[in-house]
Amino acid sequence: MKNHVFRPLIVVIGIVLLILAARFVYVPKDFGSYERGYIYSWHRQGDENFWNKFTIKYQGKEYCKDCHEKNFTSINKSPHRIIICENCHGPAIDHPSEARSKLVIDKSREQCYRCHVKLPYPDTARGRIKGFLDPEQHNPGMECVTCHDPHDPKLGGA
Amino acid sequence: MVHGEIWTMKELFTYPNEYIYWSVQIVMYPFMTGLVAGAFVLSSLYHVFGIKELKDIARFALVFSFALLFAAPMPIMLHLQHPFRGINVMMTPHFTSAIAAFGIVFFTYGAIVASELWFLYRKHFVDKALALREKQDKSFVEQLWYLLYGTLTLGSYDVSDEALHRDEKAIKVLAGIGIPVACFLHGYAGFIFGSVKANALWMTPLMPVIFIMSAIVSGIALCMLTYIVVMEIRKFMMKRSRKTWQQSLEEVKGAEMHVVKMTAKYLVLFLVLAITLEFLDLIFRGYTAVKSWDVLRSVIYERDFYDIFIMQYGIGNLVPLLLFLVPGLTIRRTILGVLLVLFGVFMMRWNVVIGGQAFSLTFAGYMHYLLPIVPHDWETAKEGLVGAVGIFVMPFVLFWFIAKVFPVFGETNKAH
Amino acid sequence: MLTRRNFLKYSLAGAAGLAVPATIKASTGTAPAAGTATDKRWVFLVDSTKCVGCGMCVKACKNENEVPYDANVSRTWVERYVVTKDGKVHADSPKAARDGFTTQTIDQGHHGKEIIKPADISKAFFVPKLCNHCENPACVQVCPVGATYQTKEGVVLVDRTWCIGCGYCIMACPYGVRFFHPVYHTAEKCTFCVHRLHAGLKPACVEACPFGARQIGNRNDPNDPVTKTILNNKVQVLKEEYGTKPQVYYLGLSMEVK
Repeated sequence: MKNHVFRPLIVVIGIVLLILAARFVYVPKDFGSYERGYIYSWHRQGDENFWNKFTIKYQGKEYCKDCHEKNFTSINKSPHRIIICENCHGPAIDHPSEARSKLVIDKSREQCYRCHVKLPYPDTARGRIKGFLDPEQHNPGMECVTCHDPHDPKLGGA
Repeated sequence: MVHGEIWTMKELFTYPNEYIYWSVQIVMYPFMTGLVAGAFVLSSLYHVFGIKELKDIARFALVFSFALLFAAPMPIMLHLQHPFRGINVMMTPHFTSAIAAFGIVFFTYGAIVASELWFLYRKHFVDKALALREKQDKSFVEQLWYLLYGTLTLGSYDVSDEALHRDEKAIKVLAGIGIPVACFLHGYAGFIFGSVKANALWMTPLMPVIFIMSAIVSGIALCMLTYIVVMEIRKFMMKRSRKTWQQSLEEVKGAEMHVVKMTAKYLVLFLVLAITLEFLDLIFRGYTAVKSWDVLRSVIYERDFYDIFIMQYGIGNLVPLLLFLVPGLTIRRTILGVLLVLFGVFMMRWNVVIGGQAFSLTFAGYMHYLLPIVPHDWETAKEGLVGAVGIFVMPFVLFWFIAKVFPVFGETNKAH
Repeated sequence: MLTRRNFLKYSLAGAAGLAVPATIKASTGTAPAAGTATDKRWVFLVDSTKCVGCGMCVKACKNENEVPYDANVSRTWVERYVVTKDGKVHADSPKAARDGFTTQTIDQGHHGKEIIKPADISKAFFVPKLCNHCENPACVQVCPVGATYQTKEGVVLVDRTWCIGCGYCIMACPYGVRFFHPVYHTAEKCTFCVHRLHAGLKPACVEACPFGARQIGNRNDPNDPVTKTILNNKVQVLKEEYGTKPQVYYLGLSMEVK
């Protein structure tokens, strides 16, 4: 070998080639720049499927209509019609499958507090909702649903 | 428990997802890369500009820079939530990210340092390999050494004057390329922070330059410290043994003091540059007083005042500056000075990384970082005091091993 | 001995070599393919005047997207702003408003609770927040490995199998919408519920909101009610100054909103 000066360079080139070879094996084939270019869409395309196929939990109000017609009709006559069933009954997911034949209903006072604790905020939607400034004074320890039917709060209203 | 929640204390109005996500290892990361870059620049000052006074420390700095190089990515590995995927940075680099440059720059830099070392120690490798080849009945350990040195020669056994001259030339070229690459290595570490537009404290084009300056300061300081320690050990050994040495004790002492004094001058120069730039940044922020200034001011002048003005600028910058500028520099004073400089640069990294997360994106709340001292799980160990100290000790341990292959002192000194 | 001129020559050569990746990036990245007319571009509309702070959206989001219910992070949240008569702004979002706002006291974190007398209040409002799915997402720009990206429909997603967990995207987002998922330890964020959109459903938070404060629409469809609202009304976006071009539009936003 006449000139030894370039030997380290050969080693470096060797390592670079190794990395490139590793890259070829390691990087998924669908990795690349897509619609939004290299800056904003350099990714593994298969991952879009992961998110597109994520399990749906909340099925929406219409989902309940056919089997629970009575409740569906009654709540639709009340101011609570704006609340979807699953907000209190829990996400339906694949109900009424075997695993989820019964949903857990949130009957806690806290659930009602979300809207019905009176917050004295002038000219706001929250300020206009009926409620208690200090709900703990009102029949403490009792579930609200004992007296108030959430599907028709006026009927059982005290 | 959410990552970061355990060491974050939130105050006033912060967004729910805000925590100190970048903790002590991200402080260690620019600190360590800064030491690498600084050590390399110091060694290049001799090789490129021929500053003869730095000859003795130059070789030492290069080997130390190599040891530091291996320790530099470790803080990142301890920081990553998925350290084994760290290789993705090399596999699918996204170059619009400052971190993606890490793979390329780090590799380039490593190749340059390793090549330079090879040229510097080639004669040593050849000598060792030839001596071991001649030797009959090699023990197992000697076999291994022979294998190592044989590999390290890369098959080139030409040690003629002409070949050695070519080595010298190659070193100069590499050192020349190395300076901008070292600055780039650390400049981009500053860019990682400076380019985050969401962070009011980090976002400034001065950040990379400030990082480079303080990197050189810390690199020189660490080299001086380690150099002094090694020299003291040598002197101690000389005193104890009766063997005749190449140099007398007085000669070694004189040479040591000379090197220290020369290096200290460069340390002071870069320290002044670093402080100037940092104050320029501070004055500019105060004068322009954009939207974020109210919260920044409260962080800089109130909440982090102690960390910034006492610890960093006072103890870490002003005191060592005075120590170096007062005439009649002694070894002891130098040791104290460089230790304080290192502490000052560490505090600067701390105040950037942790200080940048001390206020909320709302500009109406604060976050306080509680460094985990006693670890009670893996997370508080690696991102706590234990991890940080471990990272700091690592290059010294590595240096001890590397110096066995690349002797820093001794006969090879005469090769160039 | 190397002369200074030679040094400069070598150094510049080195620097030029390093600049190559930068130029490549500039040429490949400048012209992202704009969506054609048939493509969808999801945008969000928040009517903050309708929000009552019940937090049903947060609850639904956490359930729908499997974000641990008790972890103190959330893909979406609701903020409360109470402005007192002395002009001071008091804001909070306790537990990301997962349980709604059920007390008048303001949660100041470690600073404690702040009680405001009703008589002192001059105005108050709630502001739902979520990922803005920016046109120029800063979080995507800074991902070093291509683990977060924008789809052609404008949704910004995270690849849980590729994310290294460096947290750079979390740092880069001016809106604080990203966090580390407590189970997968990868960056996590709102997806606009793409899985629901593809099934013809609305995002879980939109579905769960009883007051119609949240809506989703297709900006590329001129007849979409959300598109119409955005075009015909006074709308605002958050933190416009960052140049990220956020795509969550707000009706009735006040200057106090952070």
